[in-house]
Amino acid sequence: MCSCFGTGTGTNTDAGVQPLRLDLPTSHDALAKLQVGQELRLFGRIYTMRDVGHQRCLEMLKRDGQLPFRLAGEALFYAGPTPAADDRPFGAIGPTTAARMDFAAPDLYRAGILLTLGKGCRSAAVAEAAAETGSVYLTTVGGAAALLAEKVLTAKLIAWDDLGPEALYCLEIADFPAFVAIDSRGRQL
Amino acid sequence: MLEPAQIAALDAGHLATLLEQSLVRLASEMRGDFRSAMAVACQREAASRPQVVLRMLEDNAQLASAKALPLCQDTGTVWVLLEIGSNAYGQPLTVAADIFSQVDTAVGRAWELAALRPSLLQDALVSRLNTGDNSPAFCDLSMRPQMLGARLHIMLKGGGTDNASSQAMLAPGDGWPGVRRFVVEAVRSKAANACPPLLVGVGIGSTFDKVAALSKHALLREVGAANPCSELDCYEAELLAEINATGIGPGGLGGQTTALAVHLESAPCHIAALPVAVNLCCNAIRTVSFDLTGHWLEGGGQA
Repeated sequence: MCSCFGTGTGTNTDAGVQPLRLDLPTSHDALAKLQVGQELRLFGRIYTMRDVGHQRCLEMLKRDGQLPFRLAGEALFYAGPTPAADDRPFGAIGPTTAARMDFAAPDLYRAGILLTLGKGCRSAAVAEAAAETGSVYLTTVGGAAALLAEKVLTAKLIAWDDLGPEALYCLEIADFPAFVAIDSRGRQL
Repeated sequence: MLEPAQIAALDAGHLATLLEQSLVRLASEMRGDFRSAMAVACQREAASRPQVVLRMLEDNAQLASAKALPLCQDTGTVWVLLEIGSNAYGQPLTVAADIFSQVDTAVGRAWELAALRPSLLQDALVSRLNTGDNSPAFCDLSMRPQMLGARLHIMLKGGGTDNASSQAMLAPGDGWPGVRRFVVEAVRSKAANACPPLLVGVGIGSTFDKVAALSKHALLREVGAANPCSELDCYEAELLAEINATGIGPGGLGGQTTALAVHLESAPCHIAALPVAVNLCCNAIRTVSFDLTGHWLEGGGQA
């Protein structure tokens, strides 16, 4: 699968280029300007959702014909945080493997999710759905979760409390580092 | 890389106490040898993107350690290996059958104390209900009468990086070229999901069920320490060069540092077999190995 992260990306480094600011929730117009490989800083609102959350979200989408919890137009972060620590909403939070959410991502993009954030690379079907809908997939650094937790200002539980760390949270983030891994034309890093 | 641990007796209670204390510390500490190797790799990287990622990981390690925060949000499964050898007089040490009986309680206490993420389910398929305290731990006992003393190894292993591992029963005729192809392809196809830079553990030999354990055991060796077998040591260097030539790089964002080391462990096997397993370990490497000597061993056996 992951041949997208092959030889050649090592030279695509944007040396000296300042990261671009992206405010969330975002718009198709803003996403159309992003290029694969670009380094970003995210500001604003993003929702956490993992494996079981995607199963539930898909079921609700099929049942109701629309995304639950007013998620249309929003961004998803594939993450399951540790509990609160050091006066922050979470002690640590970082990306989980995005490929595990590939089964649901095309449907969620088509239903209105504009942006997903995780780690690793994705199936061709996800890249095609991103191109079709003008949505994007971003990646951030796995293993830097104490550092990334400093970029999370607030966290509000929205649903699925029974799932513990896999619950749906709405986060307010600032200066959160990310890289464009699939752009709105479906080009993969 | 053995740390001394003074325990009064090799029994369930003392093991649980040592485990609880270790887990709280382990969750916040990147293994020192890996961290040093990462700093060296950062200087070797030619481009700025991989350097940015490696510096971010070093900053994260510093922050986690200083503030006792989890290094990674995936605080992992608890893996415990107890190796039992002989005392200074060559007499085999003994251990009670209930040695691991308090381990799960210790895990629960550590998880609460350090505010770690409960990531374990009661069963894989039927209920998939979270146990809430990260129990159970996965424990193994290994009898090694030729070894002096006893050792306790503890590892916190993230789910994404264990997912990215693989295993194959190759044909003996595949030989080293077959092993090399399989290992490099395993890393190439899964490394970006496993949070590189990686430590790559490879098990070769034994049986279908045991080769995976060998590959995990290989992760315990210190980065930079030579393989005691010179042929395997050469193979390790060859594999590392080929893996880093993939260009996957730190964070999967490109660069020369996809892995910091490849560790091979081999074992006897059947004439028909060439089992190979690859266990990837992410950059949030959290393992500790204790030498359980102290006055317990001086006494010649179990207190």
